[in-house]
Amino acid sequence: MPTLETTFAGIKCLNPFWLASAPPTNCGEQIMRAFDAGWGGAVWKTIGEQVTNVSSRYSSIDWNGQKMMGFNNIELISDRPPEVNLREMAEVKRRYPKHVVIASLMVESKREVWHEMVQRAEDAGVDGLELNFGCPHGMSERGMGSAVGQVPEYCEQITGWVKEKARTPLIVKLTPNIADIRMPARAARRAGADALSAINTINSITGIDLDTLEPRPNVDGKSSHGGYCGPAVKPIALSMVQQVMSDPMAALPMSGIGGIGSWQDAAEFMLLGAGTVQVCTAAMHYGYRIVEDMGDGLLAWMRRKGYETIDDFRGLSLPNMRDWKHLNLNFRVVAEIHADKCIGCQLCYTACWDGAHQCIHLDRMDGGMEQPVMGTDPRYAQHEPNPQGKPTPAMVFAQSVKTIVTTPIPKLDLDGEGSNSMLTPLERIPRVDVDECVGCNLCSLVCPVPECITMERVETGLCPETWAERVANAESVKA
Amino acid sequence: MSEATNFFSKAGVSAEVAARFADLHPPLEKTAAVTEALRCLYCFDAPCMGACPTHIDVPKFIKKIASGNLEGSAKTILEANILGASCSRACPVQVLCEGACVMHRYNKQPIEIGRLQRFAMDALHASGDPLPFTPGADTGKRVALIGGGPASLACAAELRRRGVHAVIFDARPLPGGLNTYGIAEYKLPLAESLREIDMLAQLGVEFHFETMVDAAKLAELEASYDAVFLGMGLGAIHKLGVTGEELEGVTNALDFIAGYKSGALKEVPSRVAVIGAGNTAIDAANAAVRLGAKEVHMVYRRGSEQMSAFGFEYEHARQEGVRFLWHVTPVKVVGEKKVTALELARLESAEDGSLVPKEGPHILLEVDLVVLAIGQGTHAEFVSAAGNNSAGKIRLERGRIVIDRETGQTSNTKFFAGGDCTNGGREVVDAVADGKRAGIGIAVWLAAKLEGNHANA
Repeated sequence: MPTLETTFAGIKCLNPFWLASAPPTNCGEQIMRAFDAGWGGAVWKTIGEQVTNVSSRYSSIDWNGQKMMGFNNIELISDRPPEVNLREMAEVKRRYPKHVVIASLMVESKREVWHEMVQRAEDAGVDGLELNFGCPHGMSERGMGSAVGQVPEYCEQITGWVKEKARTPLIVKLTPNIADIRMPARAARRAGADALSAINTINSITGIDLDTLEPRPNVDGKSSHGGYCGPAVKPIALSMVQQVMSDPMAALPMSGIGGIGSWQDAAEFMLLGAGTVQVCTAAMHYGYRIVEDMGDGLLAWMRRKGYETIDDFRGLSLPNMRDWKHLNLNFRVVAEIHADKCIGCQLCYTACWDGAHQCIHLDRMDGGMEQPVMGTDPRYAQHEPNPQGKPTPAMVFAQSVKTIVTTPIPKLDLDGEGSNSMLTPLERIPRVDVDECVGCNLCSLVCPVPECITMERVETGLCPETWAERVANAESVKA
Repeated sequence: MSEATNFFSKAGVSAEVAARFADLHPPLEKTAAVTEALRCLYCFDAPCMGACPTHIDVPKFIKKIASGNLEGSAKTILEANILGASCSRACPVQVLCEGACVMHRYNKQPIEIGRLQRFAMDALHASGDPLPFTPGADTGKRVALIGGGPASLACAAELRRRGVHAVIFDARPLPGGLNTYGIAEYKLPLAESLREIDMLAQLGVEFHFETMVDAAKLAELEASYDAVFLGMGLGAIHKLGVTGEELEGVTNALDFIAGYKSGALKEVPSRVAVIGAGNTAIDAANAAVRLGAKEVHMVYRRGSEQMSAFGFEYEHARQEGVRFLWHVTPVKVVGEKKVTALELARLESAEDGSLVPKEGPHILLEVDLVVLAIGQGTHAEFVSAAGNNSAGKIRLERGRIVIDRETGQTSNTKFFAGGDCTNGGREVVDAVADGKRAGIGIAVWLAAKLEGNHANA
């Protein structure tokens, strides 16, 4: 039976699902309820010198009827007195000794202030420390948060100060608001950090009220750039986690953060090297209860794949990410439309014409299927768009609008009521000109029907060759 | 330009009728509309658009609902169909746009296109904004339109947008034809039809009501106008041709429906028989139930599989509690002064499909009201008398005016036609499509003539 129990940077975890340092971990009462719901750990909302927060604080963007695709906040670190937070940490650890409590810290850049804060947190009995070098709003204006995380030297220095004092594992949380995230990661590692977490939130403006012209979130008519998170940021977070984990000078145990809300999200971060994952927006959206399926679903997947522990699959996808120059130029796929599944929406057709390479046509009824396939690799043979002179989408549309149709009457029109609605008319099923198809995937991405458009491998008869190899070969020929 | 009309205020709707004929398909609330709009896949060259006789760009107007651009949504609908509001309620969407929706093949419910269209049109009406079109620059040309139903209205709108004067002649006191007087109130209330015509009239359409056009009047109009559009629909409902038909208590579906819609008829006796099994017969039968009849029978000479009503209309009637008598035909209307019963003979199909009487006793169905809905006759003979004096006769076929489908032009170039008088009786949306093509056709023909004159001069 697979298990979710794991050890992260020396910290024993009941499961890899932690709540990130954020509003869901604001106080002990919340965190204990979260542990009851099944969370394995919680990174306490960052403590430091007490702050005053503004009202309002959050904003989000919805997409196609789904709420909170992306979420943004301008809330600062904890606005509760540090001693209250520390007292509650001790209480939580006393009541939930097997659950992980991490203290997230952010104080002014003075060695003795950091030493004192580390001491107080560890005295409270926490399992580890996380340095908040990522917060992009407000605190950075005071020389903290991402103001530290964006400068590798500061990052290294403060990590060093903390390590002088800390007895528990130290996690450094990285900001994505930087050109190359590997630089602060390397700095943290040089200074002795035990682990990393990534990513913190991304600088953002989520939107502007088109009536008042005021950006959101609105604080007395004004706004400030906030930290972006939620499902929308996951691809960015995955990319940054991979960059760090593929860099031998930066890689450390990684706690993955960024848009995680499901077991699939968690598995993806783990396949790129994360040992635990941290969640915030999804819990803010749906509550602590989401962790149940994250665990249930991940275990079921592990069972299907034959993995016993998280370490069995952690990082397995890292070797599959490489620089573009090391991709095989002689690998080729082309789109195949499975006519039996096609519902005739023709989204692939318009997407291919306007957004890709003009190689999907609506000509099954007029000889399109009989057109010879040249068998050449089109990327080199023909650089001409629409070489067969097929009708453009505008021409197709104009023809349709001119067609005269009348309401069918059951008695008079044999093919009347609903007779064709279950079967896609052949003329509405697009055809791929496989000779011209470059294998870009776009049609299969826009198709609303699962498995209707598949990308099929075509044998090119050529040996694998990367761009790097091609350049090297060309140079050796020259030499 | 004529002054703003206010037909809407002339709708004599009784509160009781309104309550008995509540919306069959209630309006969508805003959140529901947006949620439904977001479900639309935004097909390219969408089948729903192809299935609509007026080719409303359905995905386009639905996307605009989703984006909150309701003005643009209504304009998209009206561009293609000036009676988009009444069509959204009256269209048999199951066999048109919604029937063609690709969602049928996606194991999902089709998009509720009709209700979304109504949502966009209701929003325009609620905004108080004018029609999003203006009349074209005056060409000085004048067109007479015979009949004020959907075909003429659609034709008039196209003409006005192209700067041609449009003058409608209608026999009734209010415009709209069957759109106003003939559609079940739970689908399209009379007042809603009038509201839509008030908007259309903003383009400067002239109306002459209670004006019968006969051969003499038509000849007069032909002489004084640059072109004539024939959109007078069909004629009276066929007679049964049996004894007792003239008794009190025998009426026809069109008068019956117009009667309750206009407020003249508020209740019916307890036993009603509707003869026929088309969509109009169903409308009449359902109306009888809602107006208080205890027992409503539909009487049809063939079986359910041959009825000309849509399947969903048949289902609706069953749900309303209408009973069906198949394979019978009235042979006599029984009664002294008032109808008391219908004598029905049984029929069966011969091998060639024709109906022959079946052995056995006749059925006596006790009724207080008989509503005939066995099809309308044509009403176009008078036009063959006109047109003689110019470019030849207007050709008819089985009483229907023959037109060029693309332009609506008849065999006499000065006459155009569309709607039921050309197709034998179809849907509102078919009449609108005909009227639209004819409006464009007339404007093109007038412009070509003008150019020809200039060239000659």
